Amino acid sequence: MRSKQGGTDSRSSAWLAENGAVAALVVLVIALSLLSSDFLSLTNLLNVGVQAAVTAILAFGSTFVIVTGGIDLSVGSVAALSAITLAWTATEGGLPWPAAVVLSLATGVACGLVNAVLIAYGKLPPFIATLAMLGIARGLALVISQGSPISMPEAVSHLGDTVGRFLPIPVLVMLVMGVVAAIILNRTFPGRAMYAIGGNEEAARLSGIKVSRIKLITYALSGAFAAVAGVVLASRLASAQPQAAAGYELDAIAAVVIGGASLSGGKGRALGTLVGALILAVLRNGLNLLSVSAFWQQVVIGVVIALAVLVDTLRRRGTN
Amino acid sequence: MSEATLRAEGLTKSFPGVRALDGVDLSLRAGEVHVLLGENGAGKSTLIKILSGAYRPDEGRVLMDGRPVEIRDAGDARRLGISTIYQEFNLVPDLSVAENLSLGRLPRRFGLVDTAAMQRRARELLERVDVRVDPRTPVRRLGIARMQMVEIAKALSLDARVLIMDEPTAVLTTGEVGKLFAIVRRLRDEGVAIVFITHHLEEIAEIGDRVTVLRDGRSVAEVPAGTPQDELVRLMVGRPVDQQFPRRPAELGEPLLSVRGLTRRGAFDDVSFEVRAGEVVGLAGLVGAGRTEVARAVFGADRYDAGEVFVRGRRLPPHDVHAAMEAGLGLVPEDRKGQGLVLGAGIGENLGLVTLRDATRAGFVDLKGQRTAAARVAEQLGIRMTGLDQEVRTLSGGNQQKVVIGKWLAAQAGVLILDEPTRGVDVAAKVEIYQLVNALTDSGHAVLMISSDLPEVLGMSDRILVMARGRLVGELRADEATQDGVMALAVTDVAGSRAE
Repeated sequence: MRSKQGGTDSRSSAWLAENGAVAALVVLVIALSLLSSDFLSLTNLLNVGVQAAVTAILAFGSTFVIVTGGIDLSVGSVAALSAITLAWTATEGGLPWPAAVVLSLATGVACGLVNAVLIAYGKLPPFIATLAMLGIARGLALVISQGSPISMPEAVSHLGDTVGRFLPIPVLVMLVMGVVAAIILNRTFPGRAMYAIGGNEEAARLSGIKVSRIKLITYALSGAFAAVAGVVLASRLASAQPQAAAGYELDAIAAVVIGGASLSGGKGRALGTLVGALILAVLRNGLNLLSVSAFWQQVVIGVVIALAVLVDTLRRRGTN
Repeated sequence: MSEATLRAEGLTKSFPGVRALDGVDLSLRAGEVHVLLGENGAGKSTLIKILSGAYRPDEGRVLMDGRPVEIRDAGDARRLGISTIYQEFNLVPDLSVAENLSLGRLPRRFGLVDTAAMQRRARELLERVDVRVDPRTPVRRLGIARMQMVEIAKALSLDARVLIMDEPTAVLTTGEVGKLFAIVRRLRDEGVAIVFITHHLEEIAEIGDRVTVLRDGRSVAEVPAGTPQDELVRLMVGRPVDQQFPRRPAELGEPLLSVRGLTRRGAFDDVSFEVRAGEVVGLAGLVGAGRTEVARAVFGADRYDAGEVFVRGRRLPPHDVHAAMEAGLGLVPEDRKGQGLVLGAGIGENLGLVTLRDATRAGFVDLKGQRTAAARVAEQLGIRMTGLDQEVRTLSGGNQQKVVIGKWLAAQAGVLILDEPTRGVDVAAKVEIYQLVNALTDSGHAVLMISSDLPEVLGMSDRILVMARGRLVGELRADEATQDGVMALAVTDVAGSRAE
């Protein structure tokens, strides 16, 4: 009897956590469209989408990591390094752009693999391993570029354009990466194993899941998604900048958490992460439209993150 | 006759599905060492947790100096002068001995910690327990024996009138035990009432004055410490084995699991045995005898230094859970919640954990097939649930255990290692698990069952192996084994190896 109630409770609270973020987004959109006449236009909403794209793509990658109970602080730096790699090999190195793109993705994956090796085999806490990578990747980006922006190859910077004169390609890429993340998490063995590891690593290990191998895949995916985000960002700016995406890792983590994931692992979904990233972008955009100063914006966003985690904690206390 | 310092009357405590204590009485006099004796699960820990304020009894009362007292939390216990030394020490490893001894009550001067006073107090206390150690040493650097002495010193610093020691000798060498006894005697002579828990029967006459025997949550006897050991064993285990164990022997087939000379230094030594198709082999012994360690090593969860494990004649690579699993080995671990289940995930998800990889087609997990399989196993095991999505966290102990066993059934493991399969499981679910074991052996599975519950081992095994101090010390046929016989094997060798 008691267990029955527990079941429905946890299911309805899971629904709330998932759709709580959706509900918050809807409320936010309605409020802003009432407060500002400029908000609810197609141009502005697509603009919000473009603003959200880079954070969302990074955050999809972070979702994998957070689902396993880890954290990846290096994604912003890895994004910048990957973009610099692309631009540098295509211009200075003279490689054809498709090869440069592959190298750029490989850079992201390599950074992720280094993180994973330190974590899974070196037994470093993910926080420390990826904090080190945050510095290393950013430093390498500065070293390669000698501190200056490098222009992106013409073909690749079309990623910053629009298709059919209205749909921005970054939004398209964001949606595609979101679908990819959702499929990996929901439908593949590594994805399901990530939830098991985040839920109870020892139980996962004793069920024959090769935990270290799954962690390699997890952090490699995070690196790959970071590379895509870096390239999208550089395309929008038409140049790869070594200082790009600094601090984005925190936005990415915030998006994942607002989206209902738990930093202790085992919970999180791609759709939630998308909603989390959109909430952050809508907030920034709306506060801009309302001419709220950039200083106050930081305060508001901080409050929103705290509220999101508070809700998560209260929900957890409720189910235990 | 002197008035009891502490008297517990009719203590009763129930947990969901289990009555841990059922009207327990205990009377402690100042200046005595009172031994608490009982099998694992007899209620010793629950009793001391009530006395130290960690649990509150459902019924019964505790009196000190004849007056009823309330022990609501650790603070109450401390004010009453009751100190408890658990097997896991309550020390902060990176702080110094002196800081640990003054933890929470650091002497202060002008708002700052008065280091000199703290060191002085520490020296006095260490003197009392006769330990020569610099109070500035970090606790981490002390050996286990000296850590224990620091714990005792800490208890003394609280002016303990009642000192509860939970298996203090379990981790000590012979020489250290002698030293511990000297200090225990000195405290006793100073008038402290000491509760002493031990599994080593030979220690009782040496250190104890009186013995209270617990069995199945009841205090069954209070006897002098000079009582002969076999009489103590009889009191401890002497319940009638009733027909709650429906073991139905199956036809024996090929050996499915063979373990040869398995050794890990410091944990187990030269362990060899076989389990045949259709057979249940029970692995008995005291907690800490190395049974779980052997099980985990066999399954590949931990390393071993020497020896070999064969499943169906094929040698398993060491320390490789995945290979063990592929060979058809399954482990139902002792710590169900910590190691067996993903508590926050659904029943279906947990049941499909082992088969996840094999259910992958062209990169995608066959979620539908996984669910169908999970539904079938849940049905077969009679897991009571609202649906496959119900969080495992919300299930009862028995149903949780069925899920852990179920994930191996779904994976069609031919050899199952069950480590304490019925711990924390209510009586009805226990019988269901026993029937499941029967069904498994009927269909040609081999089962290795570790259990600290003697009647269970005797009732459900075809053959019983006894371990003590990391070695197999005996093998008995179930029909000729008795509880006293198994217990004698489990404890006698302890004394033997202690003398080495």
